[in-house]
Amino acid sequence: MKYETVIGLEIHAQLLTESKIFCGCSTKFGAAPNTNICPVCTGQPGVLPVLNRKVVEFAVKTGLALKGQIAKHSIFARKNYFYPDLPKNYQISQYELPLVVKGHLDVTVNGETKRIGITRVHLEEDAGKLVHKGAAGLKGSTSSLVDLNRTGVPLMEIVTEPDIRSPEEAKIFMQDLRNLLVYLGVCDGNMEEGSLRCDANVSLRPEGQKELGVKTEVKNMNSFRAVQKALESEIKRQTEMLGSGERIVQETRLFDDTTGTTTPMRSKEEAHDYRYFPEPDLVPVEVDKKWIETIEKTISELPAAKRARFMKDFGLPELDATVLTDDKALADFFEECLKLYKNAKNLSNWTIGELTAYMKTKKLGIKDINLTSSQFAEMLGMVDKGTISRTSAKSALIKMLDEGKSIHDIVSGSGLTQISDEVKIKMIVLEVIQKNHPQVAQYKSGKTTLAAFFVGQVMKETKGRANPEVVNRIVSEELNKA
Amino acid sequence: MELFELTAHELHAKLDRKETSAEEITKSVLTRISKVENSVSAFMSINIDEALAKARDIDGQIASGKPITQLTGIPIAIKDNLCTKGAITTASSKILQNYIPPYNATVVEKILQAGAISIGKTNLDEFAMGSSTENSAYKVTKNPWNLKTVPGGSSGGSAASIAADEAILAFGSDTGGSIRQPASFCGVVGLKPTYGRVSRYGLIAFASSLDQIGPITKDVTDAAIFLTAMAGHDPKDSTSVELPVPDYRRSLIDDVKGLKIGIVKELLGKGIDEAVKRSITEAADLLKKLGAKIEEISMPTFEYGVPTYYLLATAEASSNLERYDGVKYGHRSKEADDLLSMYYNTRREGFGPEVKRRIMLGTYALSAGYYDAYYLKAQKVRTLIKQDFDKAFAKFDVLISPTSPTVAFKIGEKVDDPLSMYLSDIATIPVNLAGIPAISIPCGFDNGLPVGLQIIGKAFSEETILRVAYTYEQNTEWHKQRAKL
Amino acid sequence: MKVTQKDVDHVAKLARLGMTDEEKDRFTKQLSRILEYAETINKLDTKNVSPTSHAIPMKNVFREDKTIPCGNMGDIVANAPSAENNMFAVPKIME
Repeated sequence: MKYETVIGLEIHAQLLTESKIFCGCSTKFGAAPNTNICPVCTGQPGVLPVLNRKVVEFAVKTGLALKGQIAKHSIFARKNYFYPDLPKNYQISQYELPLVVKGHLDVTVNGETKRIGITRVHLEEDAGKLVHKGAAGLKGSTSSLVDLNRTGVPLMEIVTEPDIRSPEEAKIFMQDLRNLLVYLGVCDGNMEEGSLRCDANVSLRPEGQKELGVKTEVKNMNSFRAVQKALESEIKRQTEMLGSGERIVQETRLFDDTTGTTTPMRSKEEAHDYRYFPEPDLVPVEVDKKWIETIEKTISELPAAKRARFMKDFGLPELDATVLTDDKALADFFEECLKLYKNAKNLSNWTIGELTAYMKTKKLGIKDINLTSSQFAEMLGMVDKGTISRTSAKSALIKMLDEGKSIHDIVSGSGLTQISDEVKIKMIVLEVIQKNHPQVAQYKSGKTTLAAFFVGQVMKETKGRANPEVVNRIVSEELNKA
Repeated sequence: MELFELTAHELHAKLDRKETSAEEITKSVLTRISKVENSVSAFMSINIDEALAKARDIDGQIASGKPITQLTGIPIAIKDNLCTKGAITTASSKILQNYIPPYNATVVEKILQAGAISIGKTNLDEFAMGSSTENSAYKVTKNPWNLKTVPGGSSGGSAASIAADEAILAFGSDTGGSIRQPASFCGVVGLKPTYGRVSRYGLIAFASSLDQIGPITKDVTDAAIFLTAMAGHDPKDSTSVELPVPDYRRSLIDDVKGLKIGIVKELLGKGIDEAVKRSITEAADLLKKLGAKIEEISMPTFEYGVPTYYLLATAEASSNLERYDGVKYGHRSKEADDLLSMYYNTRREGFGPEVKRRIMLGTYALSAGYYDAYYLKAQKVRTLIKQDFDKAFAKFDVLISPTSPTVAFKIGEKVDDPLSMYLSDIATIPVNLAGIPAISIPCGFDNGLPVGLQIIGKAFSEETILRVAYTYEQNTEWHKQRAKL
Repeated sequence: MKVTQKDVDHVAKLARLGMTDEEKDRFTKQLSRILEYAETINKLDTKNVSPTSHAIPMKNVFREDKTIPCGNMGDIVANAPSAENNMFAVPKIME
């Protein structure tokens, strides 16, 4: 029996506002416990919420970018449940009449473009953080400590239709959604830090069947890779169960990155009765055409469009264009450089290659490094002209990034200029030939590949500065003369 | 007359003429409290030292030329469900027995800025749930007119403090009649403003879409003054309206000629005490004599007010009271080995029976499978009640009715029958459901116990109801009578 | 609507409200009576009536995205029945 995978995702994105959703506390991460708090977000008796306008704008902006319908009339609701990280023991969220419905995001998987439906986008408040004592986590802990700094940080919940058909698709969707949100400037999209979170609903059904199978919910996936791994593991599990005639139990399962598998969250699934009802302390939000137009104007080029433009206008292959446009700041840097240096493919190679490798090692972003677009362009120009060799340029770049110097300073300072002087090179070649009689003899007896050995020696002597073309030519000439 | 017997506007005049000082007024009120408080038990806490210190401070400011407001130097009692920064606020519940708010309610902040003096926090039915103040977890407040009877609720402490001259002005809160009914039982004036007229920020929430803070005072003029001081838009309350606050004193005109007054038919029939009916009818006759056009009006949805309220208000309350869990403030049970036990036992120990009953009702009304039949249905009936009022106000300027079907009942008489207690709010509840303003003023006595007349207006028509109230008051002497303590 | 003891148990659980057996019994009777009375609203036809959430209709009330420091966060934590390292301490949370 062949089964089809059906996956739906529920994503929570922390919004990049200065202040919380319902009060004026700062949303800044990393403050000492219970210092970004006030009577409102700590649920003191008598307090009331007041909605942050920017939060609405960010959600509408996202809804427009996802081609969704912005609700003419939207309301907030209380979701009631008891937990220590929820000071009021209800969360202000949206239930009926969310801010956005019926959108979509197109993703490309294995060359094919596919449309993933977005059911809804709504706003809600984040909860606080628990620190468990007496154990590594919640299980077996003896007590817990509550930090309410995070309560009230604005969250945007995005729910997809069950349109995703493979774990890989889910991963790509998450990455594309993340890029979109970062491009829009509404979220910084960091799964490891928790500013972007993802839960999945997974089920299998016999191919051709319309009805959905029993679904399980998968939580605790803290990276894009984890999303794919967790879903692969869960699909494998469900496939095996169905194969041996077992029934799938509707439950919540937690992913464990170390084992790569999921385990059930509760032995007895207690269905929550959240008793949703309209939030009486907040009034409805009505976004009119004029406001939508104002927000729409703040949306600049989105990742998919930029990727397509990079491919079309700069003649870059899809892989290059994708890597460059996945990071908006990097794409912007690339275009800045292109104004000064015209070889897009070469620029792309150096950007995706050396530059990205450096940033990865140092764990820096393009905005954090000591390199301007003009410095980068200048260096690439010098390589093209032959002023420095490619090899020298690689080490020069590292020095530029480490010390913030220009290529000129580095080249003149440490004598990194490429040696193209034929007289000089001839002298060194002759020296090398002199010192390596056995190899000369081997060369003369037919092992012409040994030319590379001599070239290598010359490069070693010149610390990589010799112009390889010239060295090759002169080595050939002199060996033939010898 | 003693200073404590006077009204705020009379005291203001004296202060203005430098015939008295803030300290003298405060001392007079504190002396009065020390004499009668043992009998009345209106207060949860009394600010003797702070009040005197503030009074002296104010006198200093006046001496150095600072202009005085209508509230300068006036001792005010604050219902203990209003948060006062740094001062214990309990909502008359054990679950908040040691709670010290880190902030002031907006209305408290306003009156303190205006130079008023907080004389103490008054007793109430726990979390404002009740009609007699007998649900307080701490003490029973007595009606100054007859110490064996209740002062009404939930603002019983505030109403009793005014009736006993233990404060010059008092804050009350009204969700289903909790300002008007105790005002009626205690023979004083109580006004519930239009929903959104006064900021709720700092009012310990009972039913968010119904709660309003309002004045309880000795006469209509004081109510107008106090309302003017407390009303106004608050950016901290999303449900407060951005309408300018008029000087409500200007509406105090002794004239009702030509005003169309509807008298609610359903509230003069079955279930209303004969003595109460008589007083209301006489009041209507007087208003007619003064030139108003009185006509009977049927409000058929009125009888659905109480059941609707006991589904909506309890639903909102059940949610509002979820925060009382022993984690962040207030009482925490000692039987708390794990989180769940802490929740269950803290709330079991901390809440009284009426509060528990309402939490249960409200949770039930919102629960899966019952939401449509109870909560949603009640919200629809609320619309019908609103529409009934809209129709009425197309014909009439104000409506009148008794504030309560009875006068003050005996302490202990209704505690064992919750339903009977709920029915005492039959005249006041529909007003909250529609969000419109209403005032209760004294209009007679039955065996020494006061009867209250309720005057209802359409949204933001406080000026009109104050005018009718003032006219009636100026042509009668009820407000001049004092309880003998 | 007759409310059973099972209903009361369920609702008490949702509301995290501990109760003695005597209270459960009393509440079962009282809630039945009150709900029966509340059900009189079913006499009204509300087929074409929309619900009222807010008596005074309003919309679009916002605050600007500015940080306003609280000033006395310490007072908030000071009310905690149990605190450690400036955090609210709670007893063990069992799954």
